[in-house]
Amino acid sequence: MQIIQPHYHGIARTAQDYQRMAMAGVVAVAEPAFWAGFDRKYPETFIDYFRQISEFEPTRAAQYGIRHFCWVAVNPKEAENPPLSYEVLKHMPEFFDKPNVLGVGEIGFHKTTRNEEEIFEAQIEMALKHNQLILIHTPHLQDKVRGTRRTLEVLAHMKVDPARVWIDHIEEHTIRAPLDAGYWVGFTLYPITKCSPKRAVDMLEHYGSQRILVNSSADWGPSDPFTLQECILEFRRRGHSLQEALEIFHNNPCRFLGQNPKFDIQPIRVQHEN
Amino acid sequence: MLKPTEVLEKDFLDTRCMLLEIAAMLDRLDAAAQREQTPAAAEDPRLQQIHQALQLLTERETTADRVERLLHLFSEKD
Ligand SMILES: [Zn+2]
Repeated sequence: MQIIQPHYHGIARTAQDYQRMAMAGVVAVAEPAFWAGFDRKYPETFIDYFRQISEFEPTRAAQYGIRHFCWVAVNPKEAENPPLSYEVLKHMPEFFDKPNVLGVGEIGFHKTTRNEEEIFEAQIEMALKHNQLILIHTPHLQDKVRGTRRTLEVLAHMKVDPARVWIDHIEEHTIRAPLDAGYWVGFTLYPITKCSPKRAVDMLEHYGSQRILVNSSADWGPSDPFTLQECILEFRRRGHSLQEALEIFHNNPCRFLGQNPKFDIQPIRVQHEN
Repeated sequence: MLKPTEVLEKDFLDTRCMLLEIAAMLDRLDAAAQREQTPAAAEDPRLQQIHQALQLLTERETTADRVERLLHLFSEKD
C-alpha cells in the first residue's frame, strides 16, 4: 500500500531506512527542522542544516524513489535562546522559495517558557506573512497538557487559518480541543514515550479520520520509522478497508501538505476492493 | 546491581507505557461492547483474570513474588 510518512528526520537515519521504507510502501517523507540533541551555538549551523534538508536530503531519498519534502524553523528547545533564534529567522524566508520546503515547523513549546512563546509567535507571524503552512510540536510527557493548552491560546489570538495548522504529538488527553477548534492533529508513534500503534487506531476509531495525520517522527532517539506500518497492520487487522487505510496514511497527508502546491502527490482511490 | 532510584530511573517510562496499553485495551473492550450493544464480556474468565491481576498489583504491603503469583493466576487450575 502507498504510504506517506509526514514527519520524518532523515538526517538522523541511515540509507537502509530509506531502502526499507521504499520496500514497505513509503512514497514520500516530510522532514521538519528539529533539535539535534544538543544546543547549537551559531546561526550558521542552522542555515547549513536547512540547506542539508532542503538540498541534500532529497537526493538521498530519491535514490530509493522516495519524494522528500521539508520544513524550516527554530525548534522549541533552541527557541529558549531568542538572540540566536532571531538571527536564524532572518534567513528562513530564503528557504520558502526552495522546491521542497512546505512551511514553518516544527515550532511551539518545549517547557512552555516566555522565551519559547516569543519565538513561537515570531515564527507564526513569519509563516502568515509568507503564506506558509505551520507545523507545531507539543511538549513531551508531563509537560504536554500545559504546553498544548498554551499553544491553543497563542494560536487563538493570532489570525491563523486552523486548516493550515498541524498540531503534532497529540495523545488521548490532548486531542479534543485542537480537533474541535478545526486544526489538523498528528499522532506520533514512538516505541515508549508517545502514542502506540494500537492506541492510535483506538483514537482513529473513536474520532474518525478527518484532519488526522499519523507519523513515526523517526529521529536520532528511540524511534522507529516502521511503527507507521505497524499501525496500518493493526488498522487493517481490525477489519478496516484498504481505502480507509489509504485515506489516513496516504490521502490525509496529501490533503494537508497539498495546501502548499509544491506537494503535488494526489489522493488515491481504489477501484475494486475485494 | 541497581539502587531503588536507579530501577525507577531505568524502568519508569517503560512501565508508564505498559500501563497505558492496559488502559487502552480495557477502553477498547468497553467501546466494542458499546458498539455491539452487548455487555463488556464481564463473565469471560480472561477478563476476570486481568482484573484479579490488576488488583494483585495494587497491593503495596506485599512480598516480591508478584510475577510468580500472576503466573499462577494465569495457570490452568486442577
Ligand atoms: Zn520531529
